[in-house]
This record gives sequence, C-alpha cells and structure tokens, in this order.
Amino acid sequence: MTCLPDSTDKKLGLVIDLDICVGCQACVTSCKEWNTGGYSAPLSDHDPYGADPSGAWLNRVHSYEVDNAHWSGTVHFPRSCLHCETPDCVTVCPTGASYKRAEDGIVLVNPDTCIGCKLCSWACPYGAREYDHDHGVMKKCTLCVDRIYNETIPEEDRIPACVRACPTGARAFGDLGDPDSAVSQSVAERDGFGLFEEFGYKPVNRYLPPRKGSDRAPTVATEEAPTNTGSAMEKLFAWADRALSR
Amino acid sequence: MHPAYSVLIFTTSAGAGYGLLFWLVLVEASGRTSHTHWSFFFTLMLALALITIGLLSSTFHLGHPERAWRAFSQWRSSWLSREGVAALATYVPAGLLALLSLLKIDSGVVVLLDLLAAIGAVVTVWCTGMIYASLRTIRQWNMRLVPAIYLALSATSGALLLELMNAAYGITGGWEVWLTLACLQGAQGLKRIYFRRIDGEAGRYTAAMALGMGENGIRQIDPPHTRPNYVMREMGYEVGRRHAVRLRRWMHMYLFVVPTMWLALLVLSNLPPLLLLVPATIFAAVGLFVERWLFFAEAEHVSMLYYGKDRA
Repeated sequence: MTCLPDSTDKKLGLVIDLDICVGCQACVTSCKEWNTGGYSAPLSDHDPYGADPSGAWLNRVHSYEVDNAHWSGTVHFPRSCLHCETPDCVTVCPTGASYKRAEDGIVLVNPDTCIGCKLCSWACPYGAREYDHDHGVMKKCTLCVDRIYNETIPEEDRIPACVRACPTGARAFGDLGDPDSAVSQSVAERDGFGLFEEFGYKPVNRYLPPRKGSDRAPTVATEEAPTNTGSAMEKLFAWADRALSR
Repeated sequence: MHPAYSVLIFTTSAGAGYGLLFWLVLVEASGRTSHTHWSFFFTLMLALALITIGLLSSTFHLGHPERAWRAFSQWRSSWLSREGVAALATYVPAGLLALLSLLKIDSGVVVLLDLLAAIGAVVTVWCTGMIYASLRTIRQWNMRLVPAIYLALSATSGALLLELMNAAYGITGGWEVWLTLACLQGAQGLKRIYFRRIDGEAGRYTAAMALGMGENGIRQIDPPHTRPNYVMREMGYEVGRRHAVRLRRWMHMYLFVVPTMWLALLVLSNLPPLLLLVPATIFAAVGLFVERWLFFAEAEHVSMLYYGKDRA
C-alpha cells in the first residue's frame, strides 16, 4: 500500500561518519555485488567497459571540497536512500509497488508490481532511486533486507553489505528509533544530522559531521632526544653512517 | 527534467481531447448545439481518439506497460493513480453519449451524461496537473498555477478543435469563436504569470541544506561516476534552459498569437472558415508541444544539489 504507516516499530538505518570516510568506494562496489546477485534481477549496466558506461547503483559516493567556517577540507560523501519517515516517493506510486514497512521502517520497491513510471525518482530530493533499464523497474537501497534477517549466513554478516565492507568503519547500521542503540548513541555524541532536513521527509539515516580541526590535532609529547653514551659501538655506527652518506 | 516524448504526446493529445469533450458536451447540455447526431458522434469520436492515443502513449515510457492496470489501485495517495481512475471513469458517460447519438436517441439522460462527461474531463486534467504540482522537489512545478494552466490549455486546444469541427460540418457564426478567443487570452495570461513567477524566484533550497556542511565554499571535486548516471540524465536536463528564451518566444507566437490572429480574421472577414482554422490549429498544436517540452526542460530538480548546483 502506498499510504505511509502511522509509525514504525523500529527505524532501521545507517550512520555515516564523514570524518573517517576515505572515499574508497568499497561500500559502492560491495552494494552492487550483493544486490546484483541477490533478490530480484541483476542491477544492469550499459556499456560498462566502453566510453559511456552507466548503470543502476544503489549507493554512490560524491567527493566535495569544503572551505567555510564549518569545515575546511575534502569530504567524501556516500549517498543512498535515507529510508525517510514521511517520503513522497512512497505516496506518489500509482501501483502500490513502493512501500514503507511498518515493522522496521525500510522503504522498498516490489519489483513484481512496479510499472517503471519513474515518478518515485522524481519525488526523491536525494536522487536515491534509479531506474534499471533492463529490468524496467525502479531500484533502491533495501538496507540489505535479505541479509539483515538472513539466518542462513553467519551472524556477523547480518548487516548491510556496505557496512560490512567499509574498511575504516565509517558506516554503522542499527535502530535509530531506539535512543539506547549504539548508532543513536554515536549520533548524540557527535551531533549527527539528517540530510536536507529542511525538505521535510524526515530522513532516518544520519551523518556524523567531520570533526573540527581543533578537535582533531592531538597533543603529542615531544620525543626525548637520545643520549649519547660514547661507546665503541656507537662510534662504529656513526662512522658507518658518515661513510655510507658520502 | 528530461522531456519524455510519450509524456509530451500524452499530456497534449489527451488534454486537447478532454478539452474538446468538455466543450462539446457542455454546448449540447446548454441546448444551443447546432450539431446533428452524426456530427456530434464524429466530434465525440475525435475527442475519444485523442484521449486514447494520449493514454496509450503514456504507457510507452513505462518499463512494464503490461502492468499499467495496476496504476488504478492507489487513488488514495497518488495523483497518477487518481488520473488513471478519472480517465477510465470518463469513458463511461462519453461512451454512452456516443452510443445514444449513434442510435439517434434523444432522452433526458443525455444532459446528465453530458454533465458527467464534462466533470470527468475537468477532474482528469486537474489530476494530470496535480501529478506535477504535488512534487515539492521541482519548484517550477510545485505551484497551484500548474493544474490551472493544464486546465486552461486543455480548454484552449479543445475549443479550437470544436471550432474546427464546427467549420468542417458547416456550422458557422456560433459563439464558439469568442469562447476560443477568450480561452487563448486566458491561457496566455496564466503562462505569462507562470514565467514571471519561475523567473522571479531563485530557488528555496541550497547545496548547503542538502549537504549539511555549512554555507558557501562547497565544490564537487569528484562525481560518483565518470559518466552521467540515471539521476543526472533524468533530472539534470539542461538543453531547454540554454534555448529557453527563443523557445518561449516561439511558444507565445505559435500557441497564442498566430491562432488569435487567424480567429480575428475569421470574425472580421468572409474567408472560408476552414481555410483559417486548419492553419490556426496546426500552429497551436506546434506551440502546445513546445509549451509542454519547455515545461519539462525548464524544470530543475533538487537532487542536482548533490551534483554541483548551488540552488534549486
């Protein structure tokens, strides 16, 4: 049903730490790998090795250069569906293929009833929904719904593929509706924010801002200069150093 | 926004069809029609043909046209679904009217069917406008003016077609010509207000809001992919904006000015009506297509804030 649930039992989502994301694209490729081989049809690519490659991706990483009072430096910026609480991408769907789950808040597309009219992608301010030209339906982040509840895979893998793949630990997954969850705690601690809150879809995913320069530079004790004992061995090394430096 | 030709054909063709249906049945309901059963039937068929061509064309841009019937189910939340339901419902009184005129039955129920068909036409076109007006992601669409313009242009193209059909059946000297002129002026006025409004505002949303990393000094140094992706091709269409000034001039000329001049000649001269109305209709059709193309091409989507735009 494309009417939104009044509330959801959980608010599952991602927390992305912009301070430590290095823009390596591991989350992007692992997302594509999992979702191209899992449920539904593969995520199609066109001309993948040619001059004009394109394809359906559920997660993309932008890189920005920021220079203002807030932050100065490069910011790698992963962007995927934010599983909003009140998104129009669900309500505009004419067929009921786009829906938000009442149990955990995940926004999904049913590939068997989607007619591929693309209206949901027009309604998304984040550009998070992409059209799959081969499959003829809309594709979007599923929060790896086929991993997180999957009892046939090891427990440590029951998190979204992007979170599992991130080599720097810049991505975390959990229930953002539960104030005691680890993700909610990190959001509270780091002043995590939602993207484009002004737009009013109430995104669930949270971003942790880059730390300020003053927060980052640790005070390190200066290293003590080595004392010279004047031993024969030290003289030998000093001679060797001079001889080899010539 | 990328202008998909199937959607341009749908909104212009079905819009004209609903406009023609609206005026045809209203004139009949008012009891002032000069149409015979046959001329009414064929004019109604033209309206239904334009509507059907439009509706079929709208399924061509779907990934799965064979599932289009599913779009009738979500009328509680989706304007697209409501449009489908209204379009389907309008076929019922319109089809019955066609049947009655074919069988040459004059019954009191005709007026009721006329009114139902007219309401159906208005509701369907209104829903079409609301599909666009309800999208807050696109400021050029998200205004109350948009469904009003869809209705006005539907009424204008419909009135022009009715005038053309009247002339084809030798029905002349009616007040329809004044109706058409009034529609042309009204629609042109609305479009002028529309362009002034979209040109006058800079866009409510900024890249700073989208990224949440402070005002100013934000530059995209590396897009997510080497070549434009679906979102950029669909939402980041730039061609229309480059040629917007010239295309707007063509639109005003072909859609409003030229048909108005031909109709003025029709009123003032004794030239054969068809000689004037055929070119007037062709010019208006070209102008309407340019208008609809611009409506898409000039629309800016907020998702482009992630791809280097400052405002949307």
